Amino acid sequence: MKTITDLLHEHPFFNGLAEKDLQFLSGCTSNGHYKEGEYLARENTSADHFFLIRSGRVAVETFVPNYGPLCLMTLHGGDIFGWSWLYPPYRTAFDARALTSVRSLRLGGKCLRDKCEREPRLGFELMKRFAKIATDRLQATRIQLLDLYGPHPSQGDRQP
Amino acid sequence: MIPQVWRIEQRREEYPGTVTLALTREGKSRDSIHPGQFNMLYAFGAGEVAISSSGPGTSSDEPLIHTIKSQGLATQALCRLPEGSQLGVRGPFGQGWPIGLVKRRPLIVIAGGLGLAPLRPLIYSFLKGQLPARSLQVFYGARRPQELLYQQELEDWGKSFELVVSVDHADSTWEGHVGVITDPLRISTLDTGNALIFLCGPEIMMRFCIQVLRHKGVAESNIYLSMERNMKCAIGLCGHCQWGPNFVCKDGPVFCYRNVRQWFQINSL
Ligand SMILES: Cc1cc2nc3c(=O)[nH]c(=O)nc-3n(C[C@H](O)[C@H](O)[C@H](O)COP(=O)(O)OP(=O)(O)OC[C@H]3O[C@@H](n4cnc5c(N)ncnc54)[C@H](O)[C@@H]3O)c2cc1C
Ligand code: FES
Repeated sequence: MKTITDLLHEHPFFNGLAEKDLQFLSGCTSNGHYKEGEYLARENTSADHFFLIRSGRVAVETFVPNYGPLCLMTLHGGDIFGWSWLYPPYRTAFDARALTSVRSLRLGGKCLRDKCEREPRLGFELMKRFAKIATDRLQATRIQLLDLYGPHPSQGDRQP
Repeated sequence: MIPQVWRIEQRREEYPGTVTLALTREGKSRDSIHPGQFNMLYAFGAGEVAISSSGPGTSSDEPLIHTIKSQGLATQALCRLPEGSQLGVRGPFGQGWPIGLVKRRPLIVIAGGLGLAPLRPLIYSFLKGQLPARSLQVFYGARRPQELLYQQELEDWGKSFELVVSVDHADSTWEGHVGVITDPLRISTLDTGNALIFLCGPEIMMRFCIQVLRHKGVAESNIYLSMERNMKCAIGLCGHCQWGPNFVCKDGPVFCYRNVRQWFQINSL
């Protein structure tokens, strides 16, 4: 049976983090299992956690009035959901809905925030990792907005 | 150079504005067509355009299969033709996918939008055991679930080899990947030393995929891509399809990335 520290060790997000940091992190981590359709987090609620997805797929969604939920991206084993715990106003920006059965690790953001204030070395390590995720997602969103598979640019949208 | 008259035996709408046509010619067989090659299809009175073979069969006694997206005058006219009507066909033209190199290597196929059409013959060859690939991974990106080609086949293919489909935009009824195809490509395990990559889609999508592949350590010489340029003669005479020192109709449409990298980076060429 693997301990939470073992699981944190295995997750690519924590690659190279010092043993004592992982020990600390494991103290504010719990194992989570979500059935298909269950929500890991809800839009506009207090962002007290973030999630390391171990297996399964998660849809990052936003609710559009008169339209319904709109999926912006899907996350898979190895991905992270949630950085709102790190930045004010600490409210979750999107829904995270399990598309399949999902195994995850849930990390307490509040206790981590306090720890990072006290220990800037760990804070900087985490900040670098979250900044990398944020820039990767920004890049992916820009590519999505380019409409790569759309009509030839000289045509405009002439879809019949 | 003179088109032969063929008849539309079957017309299937993949999604609004995109059709797959099965063409036959009474009593006559056709030249065999290599995966990645194309024909010039002539909608009488409207114009002639280059369209890749998208058929499962390459041999001369099978119908010609083409998937066409309605874009401008000629493709709109072709997409409107009903079953039983006639059109002109010249071809096959061009250099297709380098199947000779596949021998016992893993093959990774990456398609964006309509780019799946010229890759479909390869997928069928693999399924029929005719393509000597050690394994097949297919990555296919489209704008929306409604704009996926060959929907029934996609379901079957997913059972026979690793198939990753991703769409840019979806509502909550879509349960697959959402995001550009470069994302699943980035996180997937690829045999970067030995795998051959066949890539077809809009140029900008190919550019981003190549960035990911190169970042993962895939050699330029293992990446092949299919290019599109306006065609007129399709036999290297008129110069319409010139791309750097190459004629896409005659030297391509499939090129090894190593040999065309410098032309690929010039935006307006
Ligand atoms: C080797 C090759 C294989 C192709 N395979 C297919 C296929 O399987 N299915 C399919 O639907 N289409 C395919 N095409 C693209 C097809 O030939 C073009 O969509 C077609 O030439 C557009 O012609 P049109 O008369 O309908 O449009 P036009 O009225 O001539 O043009 C409409 C718009 O499309 C743009 N355009 C024209 N030709 C091309 C081109 N070759 N590439 C990119 N943009 C173009 C024009 O700039 C214009 O904005 C292929 C092209 C090539 C070169
Ligand atoms: S189309 Fe005439 S040279 Fe290529």
